Amino acid sequence: MRHIGFAALLILLAQTAGALELEESRRYEVADPQSELRVLSTADVEVFEPIILAFQQENPATTVQYDVASSSEVMRGLYEEGAAYDIALSSAMDLQIKLANDGLALSYSSAATESLPGWATWHDQVFAFTQEPTVLVISKAALEGVPVPRSRSALIELLRTRPDIFDSRIGTYDVRTSGAGYLFATQDSRNTENFWQLTEVMGRLNARLYCCSGQMIRDVGDGRLAIAYNVLGSYAQSRLADTPGIEIVEMDDYVSVMLRSALIPVTARSADESGRMIDFLATLSARPDLVAQTGLPAVVPLRPNEAPERRPIRLGPGLLVFLDKMRRETFLRSWVSSMEQR
Amino acid sequence: MRSGDATGSIKRRLVVQLGLVTALLSIAFFLAVRVVAEKAATDTQDNILAASATSIVEAVYSDSGEVRLELPYSAITMLSTVSEDRVFYRVLVDGETITGYDDLPLPEGRATGIGPVFDTYPFRGEALRTVQVARTLSVQDQPRQVNVVVGQTRLGLGAISSRITTNAVAIGTAFFLVATALSFLAAQNAIAPLDRLAQVVARRGPNDLRPVTAAAPVELVPLVGGLNSFMERLRQALTRSEDLITEAAHRVRTPLATVRTQAEVIHRQTDHPASKKALREMIRAVDESSRSAGQLLDHAMVTFRSDQLETQEINAADLLRDVVDRLQPTAELKDIHLALELDDDPVTVRGDIILLQNAVRNLVDNAIKYSPADTDILIKLSGEGACQMAFIDQGRGFGEADLTQLTSRFSRGKNVDDVVGSGLGLTIADDVARAHGGALDICSNQEGPGACVTLVLPLS
Ligand SMILES: Nc1ncnc2c1ncn2[C@@H]1O[C@H](COP(=O)(O)OP(=O)(O)O)[C@@H](O)[C@H]1O
Repeated sequence: MRHIGFAALLILLAQTAGALELEESRRYEVADPQSELRVLSTADVEVFEPIILAFQQENPATTVQYDVASSSEVMRGLYEEGAAYDIALSSAMDLQIKLANDGLALSYSSAATESLPGWATWHDQVFAFTQEPTVLVISKAALEGVPVPRSRSALIELLRTRPDIFDSRIGTYDVRTSGAGYLFATQDSRNTENFWQLTEVMGRLNARLYCCSGQMIRDVGDGRLAIAYNVLGSYAQSRLADTPGIEIVEMDDYVSVMLRSALIPVTARSADESGRMIDFLATLSARPDLVAQTGLPAVVPLRPNEAPERRPIRLGPGLLVFLDKMRRETFLRSWVSSMEQR
Repeated sequence: MRSGDATGSIKRRLVVQLGLVTALLSIAFFLAVRVVAEKAATDTQDNILAASATSIVEAVYSDSGEVRLELPYSAITMLSTVSEDRVFYRVLVDGETITGYDDLPLPEGRATGIGPVFDTYPFRGEALRTVQVARTLSVQDQPRQVNVVVGQTRLGLGAISSRITTNAVAIGTAFFLVATALSFLAAQNAIAPLDRLAQVVARRGPNDLRPVTAAAPVELVPLVGGLNSFMERLRQALTRSEDLITEAAHRVRTPLATVRTQAEVIHRQTDHPASKKALREMIRAVDESSRSAGQLLDHAMVTFRSDQLETQEINAADLLRDVVDRLQPTAELKDIHLALELDDDPVTVRGDIILLQNAVRNLVDNAIKYSPADTDILIKLSGEGACQMAFIDQGRGFGEADLTQLTSRFSRGKNVDDVVGSGLGLTIADDVARAHGGALDICSNQEGPGACVTLVLPLS
């Protein structure tokens, strides 16, 4: 995950006004190119490649330029630089909403986007195409003989009673630097009364703070961490095979479900060209092969009463609230004081 | 009957006028619905905006000399529950933006701290509805002015408004169609008494001059009254002229009868052949005059009685026999044989005996008159389909005469030569036939020379 927080983004803005900082870039040429689709994404090339190849099978005359950047870079590029892209894919729901709200996205509508559930689109501009739950990743070895916590209160109880296992072996996002971590934490603070208590307990146990899911999962696999809280389920799932010592636990009381979303920047050549990729992504649920290859769970309609604890984070201006400068300062201050009280 | 030139139709005028009225009403309704609904929708948005801005301004607090805000989550989500509109906000303390979109313009007008100020202006490519609320916060005994501006695009409003417009158009159109259909019915209904009256008048026989008694609405009473008094005057005029004719015929016949009697007496007493011949001529002329006067009388009577027939069951054979018996002497004078050929079954008609006798007598009389001496006249009765009485003679026939003209009053054929007549006989027969719902058929004798006149009457 390449989230960096909004504050970090502001700092970045001050420092690096100029070209977009890409982490990876790959060009998918075709024999007889008729058009080119420029994609700016936060997902690794290796994760997303199957989708691009499948897209090119359906659109054999489209060259795809796939650039990867952190979510804050994606935001900066589109918001400040006016970077020319035909489609922007990001896991930072709040930043995607901000782009659309502030008028930097084009509207697009088609049968495919109409078929998406209402909670998966906003304003005909932001289209979710995956739903990725946050999970607890535990080290089987470390939790040998200990009941697996299924809820946050159970987790708090366990952390309190077994400091011997957990001291310095809890991992979670550093919400100051990780956009995703900040999003999950703020959603947690809205959805569960135990959030601040849990943060305090983790702080007391010298929790280690991470920028990204990948590192956290690796450390749980190595046994350096006993548990990692609020890890992206899709990443954990894809590491499960080569990281044998870990177990994925989905909480019973409440699970934040992050929606990876696509939008068409105002710099796109044409909304209809880009629309073909949006349509492809919106109908990802019809391609279980791609879902399996990428480990990105496609958006499927929620059935009533099915897993009521899995709540997709709502796409909409509500996400702007925690991007508010002051609200963010206040939140971070509380979080830091909970985390760092020793 | 000829009708006057029609100048427009009342019904069409009613329908068109009512249609125009309903069209106007429909449009007025549509506009009213739109205005009211749009006002309601705008008010709703304004209320939510104001609530949002108020909850933000209430969340502003001071913390060790600094003004801070914890942007309430609900303040923003309450704006996005129904629509997917874009949302902007800005918080100012003493004119300094502390958070939010610092390029968001302030709504025009001054917030007094009492009521919110609303405005609509374009912002980032779309029309934005904004509200500003204000509050004074005391920070370390210093009053600080806090202003909150919240804005929202109007797409949701547009959607509501277009839905309302669609509904209003649909309802307006339905209203118009229903109202037009109803006004058509209403016009039809309003016209109905007029139609009824027209039918009542049209259904009348040509000589029916009784007053119209059909119930009519107040508006038609003057018309009916006018019609009735007109008919009354007409009837009186007719009666007067009939009376005159009757009186005149009577006055002519009485002295003629005296003259005839005297002439006969003298004829018997004189032996002078020339005088005898002159007297015979005189008697014949008197007879003809008397006959003409009689026919005039008959005609007047027929016209008069046709209005009010005194009907009864009549055996046609008896009727014919009776008339033939009476005219036998006249026929014998010319050596004419009257042959009666009757139907096997009795033929009965419903009619006025006096009128029918009159008609038959005139027809037999004509046959005798226009037949040469020593011929046969066949009177044939048949009850097939209708009561048909045919009078077939072997006389001169109608020749070139226009058969349709012979039944008009005082019209005589070109074949009359020396035969005297008034031109009323066929007229009387025809009138009687019509008064009974029958007809008079005039044609030439199919077998040999002569005429064939048939009186056709409906069977009872
Ligand atoms: N039986 C008949 N034969 C020939 N012509 C007839 C006969 N009856 C009527 N007509 C013709 O029809 C005309 C009209 O007849 P009618 O009305 O009886 O008047 P009229 O007094 O002249 O007989 C007659 O003038 C005559 O030309």
